[in-house]
Amino acid sequence: MRSVMQQPFRTAVLVLVWGWLLFLVLTPNLLVIGASVMTRDPGTFISLPLNLDAYRQLFNPLYLDVFLHSLYMAAMTTLICLLIGYPFAWALSKVPRQRQMLLIFLLIVPFWTNSLVRTYALKLILATNGLLNNALMSVGLIDQPMQMLYTEGAVIIGLVYLLLPFMILPLYAVFDDLREDLLRASHDLGAGRLATFVHIIVPMTLPGVLAGVMLVLLPAMGLFFVPDILGGSRNLLVGNVIKNQFLDARNWPFGAAASIMLTLAMAFLMFAHRLSKRRIGEEGV
Amino acid sequence: MSRWLPRTYLTLVYLLLYVPILVLVVFSFNDSRSGYAWGGLSLRWYEALFNNRAMVQAMWNSLWLALSAATVSTVIGALTALALHRYRFRGKQVLNGMLFVVMMSPEIVLAISLLGLFLLVGLQLGYVSLLLAHVTFCLPFVVITVMARLSGFDERLPEAARDLGASDFTMTRTVLIPVIMPALLAGWLLGFTLSLDDVVVSTFVGGPSYEILPLRIYSMVRVGLKPEVNALGTLLLVFSLVMLMLSQWILLRSKR
Amino acid sequence: MKQTLLSLSNLSKQFDGKTVLDSLDLEILDGEFITLLGPSGCGKTTLLRLMAGFEHPDTGTITLGGEDLTHTPPEKRPLNTVFQNYALFPHMSVFDNVAYGLKMEKRPKEEIRQRVDDALAMVQLGEFARRKPHQLSGGQQQRVAIARAVIKRPKMLLLDEPLSALDFKLRRTMQVELKRLQRELGITFVFVTHDQEEALSMSDRVVVLKDGQVQQLGTPREVYERPANLFTARFVGDTNFFAGRVDVANGDDTITVDVFGLKRTFPKPDFQVAAGQLLHVLLRPEDIRVLAPNDDDGVAGKVVERNYKGSTLDSVIHLDDGTEVLASEFFDEDDPTFDYSLGERVKVSWVDGWEWLLPEENTETELEGAVDA
Repeated sequence: MRSVMQQPFRTAVLVLVWGWLLFLVLTPNLLVIGASVMTRDPGTFISLPLNLDAYRQLFNPLYLDVFLHSLYMAAMTTLICLLIGYPFAWALSKVPRQRQMLLIFLLIVPFWTNSLVRTYALKLILATNGLLNNALMSVGLIDQPMQMLYTEGAVIIGLVYLLLPFMILPLYAVFDDLREDLLRASHDLGAGRLATFVHIIVPMTLPGVLAGVMLVLLPAMGLFFVPDILGGSRNLLVGNVIKNQFLDARNWPFGAAASIMLTLAMAFLMFAHRLSKRRIGEEGV
Repeated sequence: MSRWLPRTYLTLVYLLLYVPILVLVVFSFNDSRSGYAWGGLSLRWYEALFNNRAMVQAMWNSLWLALSAATVSTVIGALTALALHRYRFRGKQVLNGMLFVVMMSPEIVLAISLLGLFLLVGLQLGYVSLLLAHVTFCLPFVVITVMARLSGFDERLPEAARDLGASDFTMTRTVLIPVIMPALLAGWLLGFTLSLDDVVVSTFVGGPSYEILPLRIYSMVRVGLKPEVNALGTLLLVFSLVMLMLSQWILLRSKR
Repeated sequence: MKQTLLSLSNLSKQFDGKTVLDSLDLEILDGEFITLLGPSGCGKTTLLRLMAGFEHPDTGTITLGGEDLTHTPPEKRPLNTVFQNYALFPHMSVFDNVAYGLKMEKRPKEEIRQRVDDALAMVQLGEFARRKPHQLSGGQQQRVAIARAVIKRPKMLLLDEPLSALDFKLRRTMQVELKRLQRELGITFVFVTHDQEEALSMSDRVVVLKDGQVQQLGTPREVYERPANLFTARFVGDTNFFAGRVDVANGDDTITVDVFGLKRTFPKPDFQVAAGQLLHVLLRPEDIRVLAPNDDDGVAGKVVERNYKGSTLDSVIHLDDGTEVLASEFFDEDDPTFDYSLGERVKVSWVDGWEWLLPEENTETELEGAVDA
């Protein structure tokens, strides 16, 4: 094969790819790191001298509250996705093969549908005079509309709705790989259902859980349009803070520092995912 | 475990996933102006949508952007995958790593980093900045799709073609490209959808000179309810459904 | 006398500093079925790929009918290949796969159709033309690969372990079929395998390769009965090696060798011998005779293993001096003394004149030939 594609072609491809990644991935990321240690400047966005003010500002109680609240909502989102997704993926992996494909197709249809539009659809349902309140009142469960929109709950519902497939797909992948004979072997060796679950199923599916957490937790801190549509001004995500700092408040160093925090969180989760995979003898990605 | 329990559970979750979408579709045909009560069947919101020149313009802009971003990322992504698959070169791991970082890093981080870059080099925010950004976040997905196909690719196939008298170029045209075609199409469709759907990155790197659909929707739905959005959402849903079925059909047809 | 078709001279090839072919010379004759036999890593596949043009030699030349092909790209060589895992184009029908070579020659449509039909009929796949490769069984895919490779009427067909993916029975059938095809088409076949039985049963000539060098070139019979060295002897079939010492080199014709204290006279071998020299006396298991312990002839020992093989009875006999002997005897229903039990004392002898002598070698070749076939 080496002779099939000639050297000039190889060089051209490598230059193109490297050029693209260096210019549009490496440089921008270095810029963010650089920006985070510079000083805010209303004219040029950033200026010297170098300092760590932006990082100090992260611990300003005002922002710390927002971050912790965002982390809380993200954690709740992740937990709910996991609680819904784990049994879902398990049940899905037991469905006959042919139907499984259809069900997975149905699972990714929403994923291919504009997420703004889907968030907006939730608004139709959750609004004060929206469908859910109307339905609850007409069956007589409540006699006046509940405030559902613009609450913490609405934001979490929105995030769960958008991110659930990202939890289910990696979980499905590990359940699909979980060989039936392992479970039989466990039962054969005298383990009951609970013991099998704890000693076999949980460790074997842990990489899927962590992959799912990775794919849900971080976006759940970044999808700023969800609180914008469903949450009002009191339920902000880290993403909203970053966006405001960059587009409205023009405090780039602070926005950059916040995004570096998110990146570090991602790195940590990826590391945990690798470890869990190595434990069951698979090469980490 | 009895069979009905998992089944009921699966059905329930699917219901939760689809109810909002169904509501959206149904209400897109609602004649009433208040977005919550049913006021009879009507196509007035579709009409309003197509009479909104700015909206139609944004639609075309979005389509053109998605089309070009998907195409550029498929070409670069396919070449990257071929290079990764075929050549040994220094820094291969680094290249792989960078693609992985792009795929995994929160969109918003990618968004601000690109915004910083574009402002630094003095690129005016608009079509070009959107294209560069969209290609960048689509790239890893195309690379992965094509790599997956190539990893099952029999290295002897190109040799067999040459052995039977095909030149390098003819071999590429008659064997290599047809064999990885399903992956190219799937990668293209994925890129197309990702681009069409993107809000986060576009919010940062888009400019007023080139308004695209997600940003227009975003500005509409932030405040109150806009029945046109129901109609628009329904159209987008149908559109992505067609695209998705197309890609599944291509993948199924190519299954060996 | 057959003419030389392909001639390889002084071919060397290294991969990452590792020598795969080492100044190899080989002449392939027109119309013969020649097999490249050797353990994995012996260079046989590389040799085939050099002939096909997928690799280029570091040194040396390849000429076909006097024309230098050394640096000709594969598509310009009048040779075709049957690949190990067939390498059928998955996106094309059987018809299109077979037609591919002719399309590359830009033949008229009608001619292509006719020739593809003929080729498919030849491999008995006429009704499968519209199928895709994945809809065929392994054996059928194999036939398509052969039809695709012979349709251009190449001067030579290169077959890279083409039967290795098939099960035992199918392999046998395909062996016969390949022989038939080769006779019908009259094309030179160069067949690569690591299976010595396959090599012996199919070939006109066998090339035994090791470490990128030709160990022996000869008819299957020559290779089996008169191995050129210890490696060939070990690699091709089972062999008993008995240590011998030259007692007397009797002038021109014969030598006397001391084996297990028995004085045996052999025709003088084609290597230098002198009195007192150590050498190997080789005997195939089927040349060994197991005799009763009170027989006058033979060397005493005890049966340590016996395996019933259907048509033969294979046994391992531990001689009193520690040598292990493999014996493989055909059943003789009428002979009551034929069977023996484990631990029974016996005597071992062999048919005079069936021995083969090889000189002592440096022991670096130890057991490398003992690769499972």
